[in-house]
Amino acid sequence: MAKNVFVVVEQRNGAIQKVSLELIGEAKRLAPQFADDEKVVAILLGDKIADKASLLFEGGADEVLCVEDPMLGTYVTEPYTKTIVNIIKTYEPNVVLFGATTIGRDLAPRVAGRVGTGLTADCTGLSVDPETKLFRMTRPAFGGNIMATILIKEKRPQMATVRPGVMKMGEKCDASGKTATMVPSVLEPSDMNVEILEIIPKDTKSVDITEAKVLVSGGRAVGGPEGYNPLRELAAVLGGEVSSSRIGVDNGWIEKDRQVGQTGKTVRPQLYMACGISGAIQHLAGMENSDFIIAINKDATCPMMQLADLGVEGDIKKIIPKLTEAVTKLKESRVVDK
Amino acid sequence: MKIVVCIKQVPDTTEVRLDPKTNNLIRDGVPSIINPDDKAGIEAALRLREANEGATVTVVSMGPPQADVALREALAMGADEAILISGREFGGADTLATGTTIAGALKKIGYDIIITGRQAIDGDTAQVGPQIAEQLGLPQVGYAEDIRIEGEYAIVKRQYDDCYHIIKVKMPCLITALSQLAEPRYMTVHGIADAYAKEIKVLGYEDLKDMYAEGTIGRTGSPTNVAESFTKQAKAKGTLLTGLTVDEAVQAIVDKLDERHLI
Amino acid sequence: MDFELNKTQLLQRELFRKFAEEEVKPLAKEMDEAEELNPELIEKMKKLGFFGIPFGREYGGEGQDYISYALCMEEISKADASSGVTISVHTSLYCGGVNEFGTEEQKQAFLRPCVDGTSVGCFGLTEPGAGSDAAGVQTKAKKEGDHYVINGSKIFTTNGGFADYTLLFALTNPELGTKGMSAFVVPLHAEGVDISANIERCGIRAASNVVIAYENVVVPEFNRIGKEGEGFKIAMTCLNGGRIGIAAQAVGIAQGAIDETIKYVKERKQFGKPIAAFQNTQFQLAEMQTKVDAARLLVWRAAATKNAHGNYISQAAMAKMFASDVACQVTRECVQLMGGYGYCREYPVERMYRDAKITEIYEGTSEVMKIVVSGGMKLK
Repeated sequence: MAKNVFVVVEQRNGAIQKVSLELIGEAKRLAPQFADDEKVVAILLGDKIADKASLLFEGGADEVLCVEDPMLGTYVTEPYTKTIVNIIKTYEPNVVLFGATTIGRDLAPRVAGRVGTGLTADCTGLSVDPETKLFRMTRPAFGGNIMATILIKEKRPQMATVRPGVMKMGEKCDASGKTATMVPSVLEPSDMNVEILEIIPKDTKSVDITEAKVLVSGGRAVGGPEGYNPLRELAAVLGGEVSSSRIGVDNGWIEKDRQVGQTGKTVRPQLYMACGISGAIQHLAGMENSDFIIAINKDATCPMMQLADLGVEGDIKKIIPKLTEAVTKLKESRVVDK
Repeated sequence: MKIVVCIKQVPDTTEVRLDPKTNNLIRDGVPSIINPDDKAGIEAALRLREANEGATVTVVSMGPPQADVALREALAMGADEAILISGREFGGADTLATGTTIAGALKKIGYDIIITGRQAIDGDTAQVGPQIAEQLGLPQVGYAEDIRIEGEYAIVKRQYDDCYHIIKVKMPCLITALSQLAEPRYMTVHGIADAYAKEIKVLGYEDLKDMYAEGTIGRTGSPTNVAESFTKQAKAKGTLLTGLTVDEAVQAIVDKLDERHLI
Repeated sequence: MDFELNKTQLLQRELFRKFAEEEVKPLAKEMDEAEELNPELIEKMKKLGFFGIPFGREYGGEGQDYISYALCMEEISKADASSGVTISVHTSLYCGGVNEFGTEEQKQAFLRPCVDGTSVGCFGLTEPGAGSDAAGVQTKAKKEGDHYVINGSKIFTTNGGFADYTLLFALTNPELGTKGMSAFVVPLHAEGVDISANIERCGIRAASNVVIAYENVVVPEFNRIGKEGEGFKIAMTCLNGGRIGIAAQAVGIAQGAIDETIKYVKERKQFGKPIAAFQNTQFQLAEMQTKVDAARLLVWRAAATKNAHGNYISQAAMAKMFASDVACQVTRECVQLMGGYGYCREYPVERMYRDAKITEIYEGTSEVMKIVVSGGMKLK
C-alpha cells in the first residue's frame, strides 16, 4: 500500500535548495494527517552528495534515500526521471512533492507520465481531507485569478510541484546519528540522452523589473541619485530589484527602464515596496495588481498609503537602512546550505 | 526535416476581470489568443525552416472547433500546414491525458523535432510538453531560448535561473519554448487571406482511436480531478500604522515580510 | 444584408489592432513632438503589406479590398493619425490612380514598386492658388518630342518628404482649363524637383507635408497616366476613393479618443467616486460611441459599394463629411471629460484633438463634400 510523503530534493552544484527544506517542513506538517506512522522521506540525488543528508534530517526528514552517480551531478531530465521512477516503484510512496522550480517542473511531468499518475502543478496550498485522507492540492490558474483544489482519487503516488517561498521550513531537528539510506543507481550510459556542451553564467546587468519578485521602489522622497542606494541594499537582501516612480526618471536619478507606471512598465511582483511614493494615478496604474504592497511615507493620507496592504508612516531615510539590517539578521538565523 | 509545433488557444488572461460584486471571473468578451510561449515556438520553427532548406512547419492544436482561428493565425504567420485534434472523447482531459492524446496524433502526423510552449497562461501547468515527450519516449530540452540544427542534432540554449546550458540533443526530440525564444512575427495582410483559403485537417477520435490504450484519454484517462475552484478573496483593506518610532516601524515591516515568506 | 465582418477581415483587423497597439502607439507622442515619422515603423508596415492592401497580387499587392483597407486605416489611426494619413495618401491617391488609369506596362513600372513594399507614393494636385477650386492649377507640362517638361509648384504634398513617386497634375493645354489637365508619374529624385522642409501644422504633425517645386523637370511620355486632358477626371476619381480612407482615419481618431477616455474615467476619482460613475460621463460616452458607430457604418458601406464597382461617390462623401465632424466633436468632448489632464501632452487625447481637425479639410473640405452629396440629389 502506498505510504509516506516523499520530497524530491533539489541540489545545484551540490547545494541543497531552500525550496527542498520548505517542502520537508510542509511534509512534516502533513504526514501525521495521513496516518500516525506516515513518514517524511527525502530523495537526494547527485554525485557524492550523501553528506548533505544531515541538512535534510535537520530540516525534518525521517529518512533520506540517496542515489549517487556521476550522471546525477548536474540535472538532466532522463537520468533523474529514471532514478526517481525506480524509487517510486520500489518504495510506493503515498505522496511525492517536487519544488515548482525550473528543474522540478521539467522533471515531475516526466516522472508522472512514466508512472502513469496524476500531477498538480505549482501548488500554493496543501492539506489532507480528514475523512477520505485524500491529498488536497490547491493551485492558482487563469493568471492567478482563480484557485483550484485538485484531487488524485485512485492513482498513486499523489504528486505535486509546489511553489518555492510559499511553504514554511520546520523547526530545526536533531540530526545526530542519522545517515542516508543508499539506493544503488540503475543508470546506464545510454540514459544520458543529451549532452551539456557548456554552462554559461547569466549576464546580470540588464534587468527586467517586470520579472522581479520583489520591487523596492523610490519616489520623490528619495531626493537624488544617491538616495536609491539604501533601496538597492534593501532590494539585494530581499532578492529583488529597485524601481522608481516617474519623478526619479524625469530628474535623471535612475534609468528609464526601471520606471513603473502608465508611461513606464506595469509590474506585478510578490512584494512592491513603495518608498516615499505618494501614488499618482499614472503610477498606481502600473503597480496596483502587485500581490502585496508595503508603503512607507511621511504623509499617511496619500493615495499610496490607502492602497497599500501595509502602510507605515515614517521617514524612508531612517527606516530603510534599519530595515535592511533587520532583514539581513533574520536571514542569517535561518537554516540554509551555504 | 519536419518541424511540428504544438499550440494552444487560450483566453488572454491579462484581459480577465473579476466581477466586483460576485467576485466571479468575467469570461465574456475575453479575447482568445495563441498562448504566448507557443507563439514564440511558431516563430522559432519558422526561423528553423528558413535556416534549413527543405524543412516544413506543421502546427498542431488540440481543442474545440473554435481553435481553428489560432491555427489560421499560425498559417498567416507562415506555417505550411495546420492540424486540429478535436473530438468529444478527448474532452475533460488533464495534462496526462492531453499529453497522451497529442502524442498519439503526433505518431500519426510524423515529426523530426517537436516544439511546444513551456506553459499555457490559462492552466499554467507547464506539464503537457514533457508529458508528450514521455509518451513518445523522446528526449526533451526545456526552457529553450535558442535553437539551431547541426546535422542530426539540435543545439539548444536552455535557460536556468542563474545560468544557461548549451545542450546537444539528437533528433527526434521535443523542445519547450519560452516566450523569449523568438519575438513572434506578425501575420501579413495577404497571409491571412491565404490562411483562410487553406484547409485545416481535423483528426477526430475515429482517426486516432488505434493510437490509444483503453481508458487513457479524456476524462477517464485523467488521474486528477478538480474538487473545487474558487476566486481569490477580494482584497481586504490594508493596515495603516501611524505614529510609530523608527524601530517599531522596522519591526512591523519585518514581521509582515516574514509572515508572507518574503525573507 | 450583412453587417458582420467575415473571418478574414476579423483576423486582419486583429493584425492591424495588435500592430497599432504594440508598434505605433508607443511612438505616437515622440513622432508628434519630433514632427517626423519613425522610418523603421514605415518599413515594418510596408513589409506586412499595409501599403498595398487593395491591389492585385499580380503587382505584388495584397489582393484585398477596400473594407480591409478601411480596417487598416481605422486601427492605425486609432494609435496615430499621422501614420494613418501616410498610408491613405499612398494607397488611395497615388496607387489608386495608377491602378485605375495606368496601362499594364505602367502598372508594372509605377504600381508594383509602391505596393510590394519598396517605394512610397504621393499626390500632387493642390497648389498655392488651387485648393478646393482644383481648376486653378497653374503647373504646366509642355510636350517636347517624346517627353514633357514640367514647371510649377505643389503645396501640402503629404508624404512628399520621403516618397519616391508623385502622381502629378499639370496643364498640357492651358487654354482648355480643367479639360487641359493631364496626370503624370514623376519620380521625386528627378532633376529639377525641389522639396521644401516640413510645413508646420496644428495636427498630424508627424506626417510629411511639404511644398514641391518643379523646374524644367523632364518626364517621358510613358509616364503620362491616361490621355492628355483626362487629368482632372483622374484627380477627382482618386479623391473619391481617398475619402473612404480619410473617413476611416476620422473614425479611428474618434474611437481612439473614446478608448483612452474610458480608461481614464474608470481610474480618475472625483467627489469620492470614479468619474465613470457619473451619469454625465456615461451619457456623453454613449452619445459619442453611437456617432462613431454610425460613421463606421457609412465608411463600410462606401467601401463595400466601391468593392462592388457601384457608384460610391456620394456615399464616400457622406462618410467623410460625417466621420470628420464626429472626430472633431468626439475628441473635443474627450478632452473635456478628462479635464486638465485631457489638455496635457502626457495623455494622447490632446494630440487626437489636434489631429482630428484636418479630416474636415483635406481631400475635399466638408463644404466640398456637401457640394458632392447635394449634387447627387438632383436638386437642380
